[in-house]
Amino acid sequence: MKNNLKTQFLEGSRAVSLTVANIQPDVISAYPITPQTHIVEDLAKFKAQGKANYEYLLAESEFAAASIVVGASATGSRVYSTTSSQGLLLMMEVLYNASGLRLPLVMTIANRAVGGPINIWNDHSDAMAMRDAGWIMLFAENHQEAVDLHVIAYKLAEEFNLPAAINIDGFILTHSFESVIIPSKKDIKKYLPAYKPALGTYLNPERPVTLGALFTPDHFWLEKRRIDEDLKNILQVFPKNYKDWKKVLPSESPIKALLDDGLVEYCGPKNPETLLIAMGSIVGTIKECLKKDKKTGILKIRSYRPFPAKSVKKIIANCKNVAIIEKAMSSGANGPLYSDVMSSLSGFKGVSSNHIVGLGGRDINIETIKNIIKSAKRTQTKFW
Amino acid sequence: MSTNKKKFNSFLSPGHNACAGCGQLSAAQSVMRALTDDTILISSTGCLEVTTTAYPQSSWQLPWIHSLFENAAPVASGIKAALKKKKKKTKVVIQAGDGATYDIGIGLISGMWERNEEIVYICYDTEAYSNTGIQASGSTPWGANTVTTPAGEKSFGSNQQKKDMLKIALAHGLNYVAQSTTAFPDDITNKVKKALATPGPSYIQILSPCVPGWKIKTNQAGEGARLAVQTALYPLLEYTNGELSNSSINKNFKALPVSDYLSIQGRFKHLSEAEIKQIQALADKNLKLFKL
Repeated sequence: MKNNLKTQFLEGSRAVSLTVANIQPDVISAYPITPQTHIVEDLAKFKAQGKANYEYLLAESEFAAASIVVGASATGSRVYSTTSSQGLLLMMEVLYNASGLRLPLVMTIANRAVGGPINIWNDHSDAMAMRDAGWIMLFAENHQEAVDLHVIAYKLAEEFNLPAAINIDGFILTHSFESVIIPSKKDIKKYLPAYKPALGTYLNPERPVTLGALFTPDHFWLEKRRIDEDLKNILQVFPKNYKDWKKVLPSESPIKALLDDGLVEYCGPKNPETLLIAMGSIVGTIKECLKKDKKTGILKIRSYRPFPAKSVKKIIANCKNVAIIEKAMSSGANGPLYSDVMSSLSGFKGVSSNHIVGLGGRDINIETIKNIIKSAKRTQTKFW
Repeated sequence: MSTNKKKFNSFLSPGHNACAGCGQLSAAQSVMRALTDDTILISSTGCLEVTTTAYPQSSWQLPWIHSLFENAAPVASGIKAALKKKKKKTKVVIQAGDGATYDIGIGLISGMWERNEEIVYICYDTEAYSNTGIQASGSTPWGANTVTTPAGEKSFGSNQQKKDMLKIALAHGLNYVAQSTTAFPDDITNKVKKALATPGPSYIQILSPCVPGWKIKTNQAGEGARLAVQTALYPLLEYTNGELSNSSINKNFKALPVSDYLSIQGRFKHLSEAEIKQIQALADKNLKLFKL
């Protein structure tokens, strides 16, 4: 876990687990599920080797793992968990509870399809099941971004008392190898101070507190509104937080972005004819495809919750065609990302289309992207 | 909501809105008498949580958390882990109802006991889902009339046997397992003290008469809880290191007929003589099982 800004060639799961270890959580609990397993195995190994001193608790289910980190977080500790797919859905009740209790849980989701039919491969249907749970939700394109977003997630979660999930595509990122820089404990400390919640806000006999009280209709909506406001306030501070972290750990993107405020990243011509919008590792494939395309740009959504409607609107304003490419669906309606994008675009006069791709690990290659660009001139929802 | 320390005589202060004559709140007071101010409490969803924490008020003078119905056990594990990391010896005590314990939380309780942490689990056993309006739980006794096991022309009430939680606790190798009832406050306090002093996890189950659930008068919770012991249907028990070490069914014990216990409760009033005999057989079996 040493780092002199040295690039290493690492598996995505190893990159995440080394970063988490250097963030130094107090309590970790998780339940194994493919494709998240390598992360929990690594974290257990670091502890067994004496390289880390967090408490590592075995759980008998994801529901228990999430509840364990809720308890630890409520006692004023920095916590971590990780899951995927069915595991995330089993956690769902706890996920809503965590944001309601204003606990800064941080969790990696190794994105995988939700069954049935059972399928262990990548898509974003697991993440979309928790989009209304009151969590910060970030999506990583590659290993380095996964590393960076973990540190940023802790910073935002602990500052705003809200839980955060970092989405990394199962197998595509968790099981692949890339060049990546792992921040040292020292690097991280420059940006992320030790977690010290104020006395009277967490379980401590020195100042008794009642957490998880019954809220009647008079108080419930106010509390829920506060969560929404705080999540949206993150949009204001995210760009600075992102920049600050980049100063601590500069890492270069192979393709230069025209705009990158942390929340979103845009690569492509100044005034694209067609704008593609996507999240996660597919953005890498799209960038590769657009290398020789002078008319098409790619807008990457890094922060899905809070949703950066303003940033998105600014970039889309002058495009002819917008194609939203997403690895999830909302059966009986348009895709969730499509709905989010379109609801933030009042007055958009161009053509919009929704492309549901890569469900259950279905391969998306450069040809698929080229065909999506061709079909973006027509309003439609299409499965690829 | 944070509270000032030592303002009240009990860690569970008056002003809660439980039913008049509630057997659970009375038992909870007996539990509180065993605790010190270096304790963290976890509650499952249920009557105790609802009646003591209507925001922005709270009856709790100790750090207290409620997360969900079924997860008091893993939340307590997380608290224990956080305390361990902080090198604190603070005691951790769970308070849950029988629905949270026997039914929806049982897998999570099993997981907690496997982790072998020093956590005291207290189950206030009202023998039904009291908070939602007296539906049958895994703890509801055979023959009881509840809203989901209604007695009628073709039904004598619940046709399932009460689950044996003590045995389940013992099967996990707990060093301290005990049973008491609301009618014996000192017994409860002593048992909680013993549990707190025992290394590893411990389990205490307290029969807590529910006035609307048992269909008794508001002054009968104590009487019902006493008769449960005197008829041998719910003896006071204590297991230390897996062995029965204390029982109200001792040399001097003379059991009252179960009809004494059943007849004061509306939930059993539909039972025929033959059905009462079956319940008497359960009590007779207890006389042998728990004789010390």
